[in-house]
Amino acid sequence: MNATIRIQTEAFDMAREVQALSQPGVGAVATFTGHVRGDDRLDALIIEHYPGMTEREIARCVTEAERRWQLLGATIIHRVGELKPGDPIVLVAVAAGHRADAFAACEFLMDHLKTKATFWKQERRGSATHWVDAKASDDGAVERWFGRPSE
Amino acid sequence: MKLLYFAWLRQKTGKSEETLTPPPEVTTVRELAVYLSAHGYADAFGDLTRLRAAVNQVHVGFDASIAAGDEIAFFPPVTGG
Repeated sequence: MNATIRIQTEAFDMAREVQALSQPGVGAVATFTGHVRGDDRLDALIIEHYPGMTEREIARCVTEAERRWQLLGATIIHRVGELKPGDPIVLVAVAAGHRADAFAACEFLMDHLKTKATFWKQERRGSATHWVDAKASDDGAVERWFGRPSE
Repeated sequence: MKLLYFAWLRQKTGKSEETLTPPPEVTTVRELAVYLSAHGYADAFGDLTRLRAAVNQVHVGFDASIAAGDEIAFFPPVTGG
């Protein structure tokens, strides 16, 4: 399977990325785009990451998704640097023969990205900056893919 | 070994990376964190429950073994997506 993983400061073109996943046999492309939410007069989000590990960790998530579903391609793009409210941050696009595999793998990849990929967000309001805390709900979202230990 | 710090940990240590040779009795991630806490990074490593670690770019628990030549990263829980 073709997997594209990119960490970049510049914006991405979702239409072009979806087009790039097109190939004979693809019947479904599911996409998710995350945007900067402009909560509480947010001026900017500053994102840093661990170069090398981030790409490897996302690749491990893609390998796990491939093990679970019939996939034909995946593209994951995550932006770093300074972003403004409304800016797109992350794109997950998954191509498969059928929509059930594409939908499920797209959500799985996004949940894993949130809890495993080595990114950190800082919020800026005026001259004040604040590191965003991890959410317990994100851990819950990823754990549901693994079921109970007894299963 | 090469040490990397990210997010607020980078700000508290005042550096993003450094090379260090800890004493031979430091054999796990936890022992390294305790060593760092006792050697100038008390503020950064004072509360290990707020930190996560990776050895050679793989997430690990604090009981993971470390060896000379390893790349060891400390960081807060990730907040991407």
